[in-house]
Amino acid sequence: MELISLGIRSIFIDNMIFAYFLGMCSFLAVSKKVSTALGLGAAVVFVLSVTTPVNWLLNEFVLKEGALTWASADLATIDLSFLRFIMFIAIIAAMVQLVEMVVEKFAPALYGQLGIFLPLIAVNCAILGGSLFMAQRDYTFAESAVYGFGSGTGFMLAIVALAAIREKLKYSAVPNGLKGLGITMLLTGLMGIAFMSFMGIDL
Amino acid sequence: MSTETAKAIEKKPAEALFSKRRKKLVTDPLVDDNPITIQVLGICSALAVTTQMKPTLVMAISVIFVVAMSNFVISLMRNTIPTRVRIIVQLAVVATLVTLVSEVLKAFAYDMYKELSVFIGLIITNCIVMGRLEAFALGNKPYDSVLDGLGSALGYSWIILTVAFFRELWGSGSVFGIPVFDTISGLFGPDFKLATNGLMVTPVGAFIILGLIIWVQRTKTGYVEH
Repeated sequence: MELISLGIRSIFIDNMIFAYFLGMCSFLAVSKKVSTALGLGAAVVFVLSVTTPVNWLLNEFVLKEGALTWASADLATIDLSFLRFIMFIAIIAAMVQLVEMVVEKFAPALYGQLGIFLPLIAVNCAILGGSLFMAQRDYTFAESAVYGFGSGTGFMLAIVALAAIREKLKYSAVPNGLKGLGITMLLTGLMGIAFMSFMGIDL
Repeated sequence: MSTETAKAIEKKPAEALFSKRRKKLVTDPLVDDNPITIQVLGICSALAVTTQMKPTLVMAISVIFVVAMSNFVISLMRNTIPTRVRIIVQLAVVATLVTLVSEVLKAFAYDMYKELSVFIGLIITNCIVMGRLEAFALGNKPYDSVLDGLGSALGYSWIILTVAFFRELWGSGSVFGIPVFDTISGLFGPDFKLATNGLMVTPVGAFIILGLIIWVQRTKTGYVEH
C-alpha cells in the first residue's frame, strides 16, 4: 500500500517537470510531435527504472557512511558520500550505454525509435535528479524502484501531454516573440496549475 | 556553433588580451545568443532555486565557476581526449568540479547547502555546461574557452536572477530577504496592505515569469523561432 501511494505521488504530485523542473531541456526540445515525445518518454521511464535501483545498491553498499562494513569491519568509519555525484553519473552513463546495446541487439525496432534519444538521456537532469532524491530521502530498495518507475512515468505523461497541445498550437496565431519557447513556458505553467490540483491528496 | 570554431582557426598568434573578438565571446551570450532565452539550454535546475534571490545568487556563482573551469580544463585536454569517450571524460571533469562546489558550500554555508539540496548536484547535467564543452572548449584555446564559459554563465545568471527578483518580490514581498511590501504598506497607514501572490512561489510562477521574460527579450532582439 505504501508503495502504491509512493508511486502515485511520484507520478502526479511530485511530478519531475511540474514540481522540480527536472528534464526541462529535453522536455522543451523534444515535445514538438507526440510520436517522438512518446519515444523519449518511454526511454526515460526505462532508464530511470533501471538506474535508480542500481544507484541505490551503489549508495547502500559502497558510498554511505559505514556502508563498507560488509567488506571489513575496519572500513566501518569510511564515508564516501562526497563521491556521490561522480559515481551516480558514471553509473547512469554506463547504464545508458548498456541499455542502448541490449536494445539494439534484442529489439531493433524499438532501437530505431529510441536510438537517437538514448545518448541524450545520459545528461537528462531527471535521471540524475531521481537518483539524488532517492539518496537524500533514504528510500528502501523497493521504494527506490517504484520511485524510479513512477517519476519516469510522470515525465512521460507531461511530455506527451505537452506535445499533444503543441501539435494543435500550429493552427493558432501566436505573437512573434512568443513563438516556440515563450508560449511553451506559459503552457507548461498552465499545465502546472492543473497538476497542482493533485496536491494535498494523501493516499 | 561551427562558425565560432572556424573563426578561432583564422585567429592570428599575437592577440590583445581583450580584443574585439574576445569581448564578443563574453558579450554575445548576454543578450543576442542568451543560453536560456535563445538557445533553450540549462532551464533544468535553474528554475527550482529561483523562489528567493539569495539561493539564486549562490547557484549563479556556482554555475559561473563550473562552466568557466570545466571549459578551461577540457580545453587544456582537448587534443588528448579520444572522440568516442569524450562525453564520459567531460562528465568526469564536470562532476569533480561540482563536487568541489558542493563540499565548499557544505563547509562554509551549510544552510545554503541544505536549501539548494540536490540542485547543486544537478549542475552536472545542466545543458549549458555540456553544450559549451561540446561546442566550444573542444575546439578552442584555454583562455578563449574561459571567456566563452564566463559569457554563457553570465547570460544564464542574469536571467535566473531576474526571474528570482520577480518571484521573490511578488511571491514573498521581499528582495534578498529585505521586506519591501511591508515597508511600502507601512507608509500608507494601517488599513493599506500589499498582498503577495502565492502562485509565484510555486513552480507555476517560474514558468510564467520566464515565459514573459522570453517574450519581452525576443521582441526586443527580434528573434523569431520557427
